[in-house]
Amino acid sequence: MDTLYIISTGAIVAITCGVLGCYLILKKMAMVGDAISHAVLPGIVIAFLLSGSRDSVTMLLGAGILGVLTTFLIEFFHTKGSLQSDASIGVTFTWLFALGVILISMYAGDVDLDQDCVLHGEIAYVPLDLWILPNGSIMGPRTLYISGFVLILVLLFVIIGYKELYITTFDPAFASAIGISTVLWHYLLMGAVSLTTVASFESVGAILVVSLLIAPPATAYLLTENFKKMLWLTAFTGMLVSILGYYLAVWIDGSIAGAMSSVAGLFFLLALIFSPSEGIIAKKLRQQKLQPNNS
Amino acid sequence: MEDFITFFSFQDPNIRYVVAGSILIAVSSAIVGCFTFLKKKALVGDAVAHSVLPGICLSFILTGTKNPIYIIIGAFVTGWISLILIDYITRFSKIKEDTAIGLILSVFFGIGVLLLTMIQHNGNASQTGLDSFLFGKAAALVGYDLLIFSIISIILLLAVILFFKEFTLISFDENFAKSIGFPVKRLELVLTTLTVLAVVTGIQAVGVVLMAAMLITPSAAAKFWTNKLNIMLILAAVFAAFSSISGAFISFTSPSMPTGPWIVMVISIIALTSFFFAPRHGILYNIIKQRSIKKRILHENILKLFYQLGERENDFNASRSIDNILEKRTIKLGALKPGLRHLTKQGFLSKNKNFWTLTTEGKTKGQRIVKLHRLWEVYLTKYLRIAPDHVHEDADNIEHFLTPELEKRLENLLNYPESDPHSSAIPYDQITS
Repeated sequence: MDTLYIISTGAIVAITCGVLGCYLILKKMAMVGDAISHAVLPGIVIAFLLSGSRDSVTMLLGAGILGVLTTFLIEFFHTKGSLQSDASIGVTFTWLFALGVILISMYAGDVDLDQDCVLHGEIAYVPLDLWILPNGSIMGPRTLYISGFVLILVLLFVIIGYKELYITTFDPAFASAIGISTVLWHYLLMGAVSLTTVASFESVGAILVVSLLIAPPATAYLLTENFKKMLWLTAFTGMLVSILGYYLAVWIDGSIAGAMSSVAGLFFLLALIFSPSEGIIAKKLRQQKLQPNNS
Repeated sequence: MEDFITFFSFQDPNIRYVVAGSILIAVSSAIVGCFTFLKKKALVGDAVAHSVLPGICLSFILTGTKNPIYIIIGAFVTGWISLILIDYITRFSKIKEDTAIGLILSVFFGIGVLLLTMIQHNGNASQTGLDSFLFGKAAALVGYDLLIFSIISIILLLAVILFFKEFTLISFDENFAKSIGFPVKRLELVLTTLTVLAVVTGIQAVGVVLMAAMLITPSAAAKFWTNKLNIMLILAAVFAAFSSISGAFISFTSPSMPTGPWIVMVISIIALTSFFFAPRHGILYNIIKQRSIKKRILHENILKLFYQLGERENDFNASRSIDNILEKRTIKLGALKPGLRHLTKQGFLSKNKNFWTLTTEGKTKGQRIVKLHRLWEVYLTKYLRIAPDHVHEDADNIEHFLTPELEKRLENLLNYPESDPHSSAIPYDQITS
């Protein structure tokens, strides 16, 4: 049963991240996603201190606000301060992450978070933290519910806003021409990324969330040209990553989240080599076919 | 206060070594970081910083010791592999650079965490220090480790001094460097190697996650104070040194405080302060400058209005109320009133109850703006062949920025035309006309 809980939590987190990651990598904002995942840390700690518990709603809220603030700061330093965008990202997220770590050490007694957990989470503890109703009935792991809830939110967001997200991602100029606010949808997407990061924090941590945000969508991107297919492929890859990652971790006795992200990297490598349209082998073969014609 | 004296008298050799070592490490990262910053490769440094983790773990697994030399070799190898992979992915697939960086960074880190946890679960007693690479251990850097890392830092600094001219050139103008026969490829290889080395040593102080800050933040802060590269390097070095002393001091006074994050915090505060308050480049300075330009334009527009009204009624000495002014052109009352007040104080207008009159100075100034406007319109129609009904807006903007020299040249070029394309007379000063 525990195995099932862990794998399904991992799969849910991977699918949520992957769906949003598709938009991030197409908008060339993969590193902004990385920055957000680091920068929500102080938000989580502050929410923790204010609410005094792992009350999820407060934490989601605190981190959501910080995620959007991060995006805003990166934009602000870039446009108003004319700081180049890569430096703007680098300065902003390291600063906020350092703040988060300092807050954790300051209130070490009050905050039930430790530095390592922040970095790579511990999905193996998922089955230990149960959601128990006042009448005593056990509903299953709490994290599973939180990540499930966020998955539903993200799916609703992507389905309801499909057209708007699609247009603002692929053709921002056209979007503004037909009256869709690129700024609004940009910040909504960033808000969604922040929520997902927080929800995934306890299970996979700040940095591994990035591999789930980027690796499965990048894999799918190499396999298809069709955006809808890319979303489905990403979700499917995410699930596989969770299952195989779990067994890899059990096999070599290491962190499940680390194993998941290693597997995600392996999938990308396979796609990079063997993809029928974009793969290295396919490209080599095509070149060889072309050569007789050229000479 | 007592702590302060104990710390800064550097009596305790331990403090002396730790401080000297962490300053060296921070300064060398900052200096090398300046070049990665200028080459817009700041986030590549972040990727390298995360990618050294599997190397560190692997070298521990293979050798079973935490000897810094093995650790450095392991870290160096995986750091390099990550760079090659990023380069390869962006070059040979449709994946963009930012995605490639994020992907390599997180996957390598994931592999590192997997190996790290594997080592920890195996319960080897000597592995306890390994996770200090995550957040650094500047305060605990002693003995042999400190010696090795200080030597590397000094090598880094010497290398930058040696290749200073070459690095400057490839950072600013790669094509020019190529054209005058510099071995650009090889120089970039050297610079990248230095970056990887800087990361490998820097993570000792602040850990893999915050290493990016040691490369990027000092140079980003320094950039706001100067346009000269050598001053930028010195400033970045000073900022880095200051923040590493502060970080060491903070964790000396309260040992529960992590040194690395505090170093990053101090350098970030310096950077944020620079972003906002630095003269000439800072955000605040720019806002103030924009405001003052806006104000000047407003004042000139008001004087222009007075002049145009006078021109229409052929009476430049008439007193005018706010309603009279607004008749000709709408200006927001909130801006107009302070504008009038300012112009009165400066002596361009004289005020009598609720009426304002142009003074002689005011008339001269208003006249000049009107003249520039109309001259520009003539110029656009005559030389750029723009239709007369399209030139007004452009002239409205440029009239505030034409310098007296340009004014002279326009007058000579156009040979003092009598009227603009809308047949309004162009007013010249009595002396020049």
